[in-house]
Amino acid sequence: MSYFSDIYKGIKTLLTGMSVTGKYFLTSRKGAITQQYPDNRATLKMFDRFRGEVIMPHNENNEHRCTGCQKCEIICPNGTIEIIWDRGIDEETGKKKKKIDQFVYHLSMCTMCALCIDVCPTDAIIWGQNFENSVYDRTKLTRVLNEPESKLMPGVED
Amino acid sequence: MIETIHNWLYSTMPQGVASIVEMILIALAYLGFFAIAGLFLVLMERKVAAWFQLRIGPNRVGFYGSLQTMADALKLLSKELTGTAKADKFLYNLAPYFVIISALMGLAVFPFTKDIQAFDINIGIFFLIAISSIGVIGILLGGWASNNKFALIGAMRSGVQAISYELSIGLSLLTMILITGSLQLSEIVEVQKNGWLIIQGHIPAIIAFMIYMIAGTAETNRAPFDMVEAESELGAGFHTEYSGMKFAYFFLAEFINMFIIAAIATTVFFGAWLSPFGITESIPWLGVFWFLGKTLVLIFLMMWFRWTFPRLRIDQLLTLEWKYLLPINLVNIVIMALIVWLNLTIKF
Repeated sequence: MSYFSDIYKGIKTLLTGMSVTGKYFLTSRKGAITQQYPDNRATLKMFDRFRGEVIMPHNENNEHRCTGCQKCEIICPNGTIEIIWDRGIDEETGKKKKKIDQFVYHLSMCTMCALCIDVCPTDAIIWGQNFENSVYDRTKLTRVLNEPESKLMPGVED
Repeated sequence: MIETIHNWLYSTMPQGVASIVEMILIALAYLGFFAIAGLFLVLMERKVAAWFQLRIGPNRVGFYGSLQTMADALKLLSKELTGTAKADKFLYNLAPYFVIISALMGLAVFPFTKDIQAFDINIGIFFLIAISSIGVIGILLGGWASNNKFALIGAMRSGVQAISYELSIGLSLLTMILITGSLQLSEIVEVQKNGWLIIQGHIPAIIAFMIYMIAGTAETNRAPFDMVEAESELGAGFHTEYSGMKFAYFFLAEFINMFIIAAIATTVFFGAWLSPFGITESIPWLGVFWFLGKTLVLIFLMMWFRWTFPRLRIDQLLTLEWKYLLPINLVNIVIMALIVWLNLTIKF
């Protein structure tokens, strides 16, 4: 008797599928997923987990959270990150301490694998939402992520 | 208006010339109308597809993309006609015309209203089934003559599919003909003045309609039965090697075939140009709108199938036909015969 139950199941599942697409059809005017990109450039927001580029957030005192531990540089599979570092005197303790001079990020080599962001002990680097990365000169894709004259945020230890 | 043109032609010319001129005029009118209808259907397909997939669809050319297909048609007209070096030139060039002409011939017999029917023959339904299966020869020719393995596989699949599903189309229509007792389309419409056949024949008619729509979708080679084109397996199937206007003929033929399948269903199941409950019976020319409206609803149903269901494998395709549709159809005919014999049809 599986012959008739097969027919019944077949029709039932087909109707289930048709009801799903039917609902989409009715709601498509409001819920269209198409972004008409250059037209809605001003309002276009990427989703939270979008991987546009690696950025280093700074607070209002021009302080970042990078201690220069170089874990990201080591883990990066294709040498996207280069940290040029130096030793400076820590003002509180008076000891010599490692600090970053330039956090160089080669966007042209980055595969957006997120290993650096996962491995960062102080969450100094995060994903940025910018997606308009095309430039006329590829040297512009090499960026220094820490702002000039920026310092390590006090209290951040790895 | 048609009457006055007819009288004017016969009064100004000898009878033989007048009838030929009249035929040419009718053919041109149909050709013009369905070329435009084809463009409209392509646009509708693209818009409907977009809405089913939560997209927007063409919206750049013209008002909300209304001229998109016009632009596409102009592009296809101006494109170079390419072909393979080892193709059988004669058959290769013949195939698109075969497909488009057989599609257009089917249109002649439809009763758009009581008065607008180009060719009312007493074997109407039989003629339609016969004509719609000729188109397959064009597809087979195109696939074979292209000298391309994908085109050949696509064409052979088309043959398999057409031979199988012709049976279901024929038998499901035969089920309805048991009620009407005539193959002539105008007679079939006449019978439906007592209620559309899908209501008159109730349960077996609904089963026959479902089978007809499944087989009709297969007959037009549309998804989920688009084994013939199967983009992911065969490139573009039988029309891989065609470009420009020849490709456009295949494309247009597909949409006209879809119109024909929907129009047959309208005529046989949903009372052709008859309005529901006779609400516009006093204005006979409104029949055109009822006919085209019902046809468009059925075309929309076929588009709904296309953008919902995944493509069948070739063995599943044949299983569906030979193990399910055909036996059900045969039993259904017997049930319908009993219902007609015992006078159990619902009539108003």
